[in-house]
Amino acid sequence: MFYRETGQYKTTYAADRAIFPIRQDRVAFAVLLLVAFVAIPLLANEYWLRSVLTPVLVFSLAAIGLNILTGYTGQLSLGTAAFMAVGAFAAYNLEVRVPEVPFLVSFVVAGLAAAGVGILFGLPSLRIKGFYLAVATLAAQFFIEWLFTHVGWFTNYSTSGVITAPPMTLLGFSFESAESRYLLTLCIVVVMAVMAKNMVRSELGRAWMAVRDMDIAAEAIGINLMKTKLTAFAVSSFYCGVAGALWAYVYLGTVEPQAFDVLRSFEILFMVIIGGLGSILGSFLGAAFIVLLPIFIANASGVFGDALSAETIAHLEFVIFGGLIIVFLVVEPRGLARLWQIVKEKLRLWPFPY
Amino acid sequence: MKREIGGGPPVAELENIHLSFGGLQALQDVSVAVKPRERLAIIGPNGAGKSSLFNIISGIYTPSSGTIRHKGEARPARMRPYEVARLGIARTFQNIALFSGMTALDNIMTGRNSLMRRGVLGEALQLPWARRQEIEHRRRAEEIIDFLEIPSVRQTPVGALPYGMQKRVELGRALAAEPELLLLDEPMAGMNLEEKEDMCRFVLDVNEIHGTTLILVEHDMGVVMDISDRVAVFDYGRKIADAAPDDVRRDQAVIDAYLGTAHEH
Ligand SMILES: Nc1ncnc2c1ncn2[C@@H]1O[C@H](COP(=O)(O)OP(=O)(O)O)[C@@H](O)[C@H]1O
Ligand SMILES: [Mg+2]
Repeated sequence: MFYRETGQYKTTYAADRAIFPIRQDRVAFAVLLLVAFVAIPLLANEYWLRSVLTPVLVFSLAAIGLNILTGYTGQLSLGTAAFMAVGAFAAYNLEVRVPEVPFLVSFVVAGLAAAGVGILFGLPSLRIKGFYLAVATLAAQFFIEWLFTHVGWFTNYSTSGVITAPPMTLLGFSFESAESRYLLTLCIVVVMAVMAKNMVRSELGRAWMAVRDMDIAAEAIGINLMKTKLTAFAVSSFYCGVAGALWAYVYLGTVEPQAFDVLRSFEILFMVIIGGLGSILGSFLGAAFIVLLPIFIANASGVFGDALSAETIAHLEFVIFGGLIIVFLVVEPRGLARLWQIVKEKLRLWPFPY
Repeated sequence: MKREIGGGPPVAELENIHLSFGGLQALQDVSVAVKPRERLAIIGPNGAGKSSLFNIISGIYTPSSGTIRHKGEARPARMRPYEVARLGIARTFQNIALFSGMTALDNIMTGRNSLMRRGVLGEALQLPWARRQEIEHRRRAEEIIDFLEIPSVRQTPVGALPYGMQKRVELGRALAAEPELLLLDEPMAGMNLEEKEDMCRFVLDVNEIHGTTLILVEHDMGVVMDISDRVAVFDYGRKIADAAPDDVRRDQAVIDAYLGTAHEH
């Protein structure tokens, strides 16, 4: 009864293409932002801010990046973590060599560097698709990981192969506390998510989806496939690059290239599949789901006392993930985001089903 | 209103086109031209090379020899389909080729993409030009939606639409590009009488109101005789006749190859 669009007539095309055309959605979104920006920093403890919510946000950003490429443009990539690594190492190297650069600038450079590398490894997509393209991006994954591990310049010849992110200061303020780091990440992720949403609901997003759905027809209607695919690789990698820099600077502090291995790439792919291919909201849902599920399982198994060994719990996680991925791929490829949409549609009609 | 056919060089002119797939000669020495504002029908049994001809005009296939001219000027030997589209040539496909994950409106909006400006940052930040562009083009897309009488399915994902509606949306997507030359590959195949009549009306209106030149492949001889100014007949990759509808109907070679014998389509 309360979730209705009745009586809310859209009289202009501008109103019709708003991100949240229904008033209740706008209110809900405002409340969500208020919770994220005010309530959580006040209420959540250090552990939740630092080890749960911040990584959820960073993963969401990477998932948006992959979703742009795979969910919207239909180009399967298994190299997401490598593009994150490019971002992390680009930001680090810039700051090591030019210490005056403010860290926010180096985050932008991280994105741009990853975008450049993304375009390079996106070139095969002009010739190959699907499985073969996935293999090509896998090659990118292994090559980049190898490069950062074996070429000392990238780690500034650190003997351990580990890089330590320089401190982040802005106008004299140092981002040390869990709250400040969480809020910094939140700001960046919210801004970039809105930008992503804007792209996918504009000319650019339609071109991406056209390439995904029927590339021959897309080209026959005047869409330059090469430009559109490479733009998708660039924008997607930009997002991954910034996520990588955040991962190193805000979350871990010190990183080695192995933090961005192929398992990380798969983890982000699973987030996109479970959250919903071709959905910005789904990228958040998928990231939250995959970070929270192990915590939930660990807590739930606590109920059984010591009946379940740590090993069993770890196995349980794999089984549940594997099962869910199959279920989503078979039953609902549009993931949690689609389920949420169905709930909203039901709610709109409730309590009268017709 | 009387249409003026001709005036100026042909919108598309193919000369001595050959196309082969391995050993198969899909098109042999085909020459055909279409004048501004003309309605040219192409008929012929299955496998005659009609769709291949469209694919050559669209730049999807490259002929092994022959020349293609656009308004009197020879096109480069190889042109990408998107470059051809930007010359003002739009098409529909024999097997519906819509963007299945998108709504009817977004499919039609995508038809206007080549008329829109691309600016990644501007679109991401919804700068005033990006906002204005979306709204202006939305207005034009809505005109097409009204013209094709499909406002009720605007927000429906095209995969959920019935076949006849999908054909209409595909026509809408092609029209959205505001083409000078429109290629329709069997636009009425699989439709019932009423749907065919609607489709005929849309096609004729486009031609008469906007002066869009038409080439259409069609099997329904009634439709062909009614709406075309000229008919080109294809058989085994060759053009065997090219004349006014009434003359084609009386042509002995055509009767032998196509009309008389009961070729199934
Ligand atoms: N891409 C292709 N590869 C191989 N053979 C093709 C291809 N496209 C068309 N052909 C062949 O070319 C001939 C003409 O096909 P087509 O142009 O589709 O005929 P029509 O549209 O008149 O039915 C047929 O024998 C068909 O099998
Ligand atoms: Mg055909």
